[in-house]
Amino acid sequence: MPVNGPPVVKPRPVYLNLVRIRLPLPGIVSILHRISGAALFLFVIPLALFAMQASLESAAEFASMQSMFAHPLCKLVLVGLLWAYLHHFFAGIRYLLIDLHVGDDLTPARQSSVAVLAASFALTLIIAVRLW
Amino acid sequence: MTRPLRETVGAHYGWRDWLVQRVTAVIMALYTLSMLGVMLYNGGIDYALWQALFINGAFRIATLLFGLALLWHAWIGMRDIWMDYIKATAVRLALEVLTVVVLVAYAAWLAQILWSAGQM
Repeated sequence: MPVNGPPVVKPRPVYLNLVRIRLPLPGIVSILHRISGAALFLFVIPLALFAMQASLESAAEFASMQSMFAHPLCKLVLVGLLWAYLHHFFAGIRYLLIDLHVGDDLTPARQSSVAVLAASFALTLIIAVRLW
Repeated sequence: MTRPLRETVGAHYGWRDWLVQRVTAVIMALYTLSMLGVMLYNGGIDYALWQALFINGAFRIATLLFGLALLWHAWIGMRDIWMDYIKATAVRLALEVLTVVVLVAYAAWLAQILWSAGQM
């Protein structure tokens, strides 16, 4: 590495080629964290605000919201969005721990990736079963 | 005299955003767990409890705080996504501006919901 000389200028910004990337387990958790985050921004925020506003208008509106969300198709969408929330939550906690150097070696990082995938999937399944 | 190895530039917003992303995450996680606690403690939420929650001043503040944390968190996350995948500068800028506009509108909507609850 040159100590003296012109500053090293790397080409920025760096763009990622999605097709060429082969993902290990932590990578799968990472891309799902991104996808779930985008889903939360695109769908969950407006849906939550809409439901919050309607449900507070009156007891009747509250009940009609309940029956709307009880529709099987609506439930299916909700379960999908629930998974997005849970995955984003658990994967986020994993990143916070890794920032604190908890489990940032290769083996524990792989193990915690499996734990995140399993926990969010299992919890989604349990709540889905209880909803039906 | 030794020169720096690379050009140091900018407003250090990379580091700041990294930290903000984590602090807002912790705020939202705590709020999520509290709401889960309220739900489990009361065995679900009916209309009376729902209404009572939104009239409570502390709940309103906590929820607004959650909303602002979410706004900032979502901004950083979405901006990262646009930066990684959208190569055309004009398109990226447009999407970033749209993201900010939408998020600020959501925050205003949340404040409106919070402070008009119980007055209808």
